[in-house]
Amino acid sequence: MEGQQRIPILKVGRVLIVPIQVDMDDRTVIHLQERILTELERTGARGVLIDISILEMVDSFIGRVLSDVAAMARIMDARTVVVGMQPAVAITLVELGLELRGVDTVLNVDEGIKLLRSEFGIDEEEEDAGLYGGPGAFAEQVNRP
Amino acid sequence: MQSRSIALECEHDVAVARGEVRAIAASLGFRLTDQTRLATVASELARNVVKYASRGRMIAQPLDAAGRAGLRLIFEDRGPGIPDIAAAMRDGFSTGRGLGKGLPGSKRLVDEFEIESEVGRGTRVTVVRWL
Repeated sequence: MEGQQRIPILKVGRVLIVPIQVDMDDRTVIHLQERILTELERTGARGVLIDISILEMVDSFIGRVLSDVAAMARIMDARTVVVGMQPAVAITLVELGLELRGVDTVLNVDEGIKLLRSEFGIDEEEEDAGLYGGPGAFAEQVNRP
Repeated sequence: MQSRSIALECEHDVAVARGEVRAIAASLGFRLTDQTRLATVASELARNVVKYASRGRMIAQPLDAAGRAGLRLIFEDRGPGIPDIAAAMRDGFSTGRGLGKGLPGSKRLVDEFEIESEVGRGTRVTVVRWL
């Protein structure tokens, strides 16, 4: 499939982390949306953190998909946070007239994790034990072919 | 700098077009926010070409008006055309599954915006942003 790029989805504790590292074409965006929802269902994660700090542009299509992911995740009892939006991207989004309805945005991954944890009252110690507790426990990369 | 023409025939071409526009804008001296505006406009308008007309092209023309640099982008297709341009330019109007932000939103991101369309003949959207 031309232009198909793989974006990793990592599970850290009860949060899915989606670090977008490339400019995505529309097909990749739609594919990513489906994979996030599949992984939410499979892992029972309570939060989705989408890191867009690398994205140099959010147009109406990507904006709509981010809103859709948040809405669908909410139906699955999970909350979505978008982190790291570049200032130029934020300015352009507002001028374009996009609201990213239903999407919480924070400045960085740390803040995003904090927000998700406070929202769900996820026990940090339990999380940290899961994170650093043993070999291979760091982050489970959940995306499969 | 020479004009560049980019074929718009699939979703991947939309990403290529916005990447090219950003690179050209950067080389003309546009700052980051303007590069982002132009790349976003290119993405919106190139997608419209692929979505509604299946194929067309984008032409990027660097401008120099009495020492002032600018970038003109032309998006043209021989698709179905737009029956009601005034409606298409309204926020929230969409015949597709979009948000209806593409055309009116793009207009807000540039200095000059012109749309010509004839039903059954095609559409041409021309935008200019000055440095």
